[in-house]
Amino acid sequence: EEEEEEEEEGWHQLYPGHIPTSLLQKALLAAGSAVMALYDPYRHDMVAVLGETTGCLALPNLRDKMKNHPEGYHILQERPRIRLSTVDMARLQGLPDGSLGREYVRFLEDNKVSPDTRMPPKFVDDEELAYVIQRYREVHDLMHTLLGMPTNMLGEVVVKWFEAVQTGLPMCVLGAAFGPVRLSTRKLQVLATELVPWAIRSGLNASCVLNVYYEQRWEQPVESLREELGIFPPP
Amino acid sequence: ALLSRPAGRLRARRGLAAGPEMHFGFQTVTEEERREKIYQVFESVAKKYDVMNDSMTLGIHRVWKDILMHKMNPSPGTLLLDVAGGTGDIAFRFINYVRSIREQQLQRKLKHHQNLSWQEIFESYQKDKFNSLGDSQVVVCDINREMLKVGKQKAQHLGYSEGLSWVLGNAEELPFDNDKFDVYTIAFGIRNVTRIDLALQEAYRVLKPGGRFLCLEFSHVSNPLLSRLYDLYSFQVIPVLGEVIAGDWKSYQYLVESIRRFPPQEELKAMIEDVGFFKVDYENLNFGIVAIHSGFKL
Repeated sequence: EEEEEEEEEGWHQLYPGHIPTSLLQKALLAAGSAVMALYDPYRHDMVAVLGETTGCLALPNLRDKMKNHPEGYHILQERPRIRLSTVDMARLQGLPDGSLGREYVRFLEDNKVSPDTRMPPKFVDDEELAYVIQRYREVHDLMHTLLGMPTNMLGEVVVKWFEAVQTGLPMCVLGAAFGPVRLSTRKLQVLATELVPWAIRSGLNASCVLNVYYEQRWEQPVESLREELGIFPPP
Repeated sequence: ALLSRPAGRLRARRGLAAGPEMHFGFQTVTEEERREKIYQVFESVAKKYDVMNDSMTLGIHRVWKDILMHKMNPSPGTLLLDVAGGTGDIAFRFINYVRSIREQQLQRKLKHHQNLSWQEIFESYQKDKFNSLGDSQVVVCDINREMLKVGKQKAQHLGYSEGLSWVLGNAEELPFDNDKFDVYTIAFGIRNVTRIDLALQEAYRVLKPGGRFLCLEFSHVSNPLLSRLYDLYSFQVIPVLGEVIAGDWKSYQYLVESIRRFPPQEELKAMIEDVGFFKVDYENLNFGIVAIHSGFKL
């Protein structure tokens, strides 16, 4: 009646919330979450699961990029988290207009989002890579701020294109490719002619966005940070 | 070997938690913790319970429940207690069954009264119309509020009201008097009861003499090839379905683990006999993936 060790998966937990999975389970999860994410776009958890189960090549790549960069290395060491509890929102709000901190808070308010709604990773089988994907999720709102894109479908798709080029995460690629399916033709036109080419160019030109210790740069003006990174001004 | 799980050892070392050690799926927990965890599982799955059942069993669970009902073969006037009946699957089938038996009875009666005038036929039909269930009743008892809530909503949605009542209660300590029910069922519920022996004792207590105990539950597959396929499906596919459909991996991991930990057919039969039931028997469905145990109180 006892089960073999391979089914005792709960006992190889690498980080809180970690659910170890076999290759078959990851494959099934990837397929299932892709279908469900398309079927029900409100299932953000499915997008997260898709990212985790398909990121096995892109995540180590990102981690290595971080390791080889002084600021990125720093981030991997200190593992900062962007959450309401760790970021002083009041202080950021008091910063001058145009600064990263002020514009980030403005973005959160305008779009009525919070950094605390990011899903913690479950299916990544390496504790450092789990942090990398967590960092990627928490930095997503800052991407919106740097790119000047709102959280509507159009804005999200543009950010996904940028992220796809930057990170190579299959989830971003899929999101970028399938996201536009639900857009109107007019929006699709703007997307195709202006926004996506800009996002791709910026993504290719810019250095790795995960190598920026945002928490130490709240005072830096957004424009200056854009220039430093290599993101072209938004159309 | 069972208690050599890391978390189990940890708990044993803490050793202060009250109560004997038991299993929650493959984890080792105290009795109280187990009840708590199981309550949370069903609280979390309640809304997607039916969808998940259909997905996991590819709809076959409906057939199993139909077979249970046919085995029961209730006649109108039967008083049924469906324990852990949560979302009402057994209760609704029971109502449908006795209703159709009743209709057959009425039709036969009418056939025999060929010489009546239209007025008399009409009156006799009217009289029986208000008794479409023939005084049959089913009480659905469940320990989990969320599951009952879903069940009640379903009943309303499907139009079930007559002969149906919903009671919050614990299978280990039923809120009913002795010798009350004609039939006691527990479908896919006994596996989640913390003290199965107490639940069986309670079943015996609340049944009338002559009453029948019926248990539909996942059981053990003895065929080795099938068993391996079943394990593969259970452990690889079901938690994934849980995550994708219900956003809840853990509850469905618990489900498949709890099935493996549950006593096999013969052992359950012995437990049922131990509390006093007679003519205890079981029927395997789908090679033992599911089994129906039956016993009588004399």
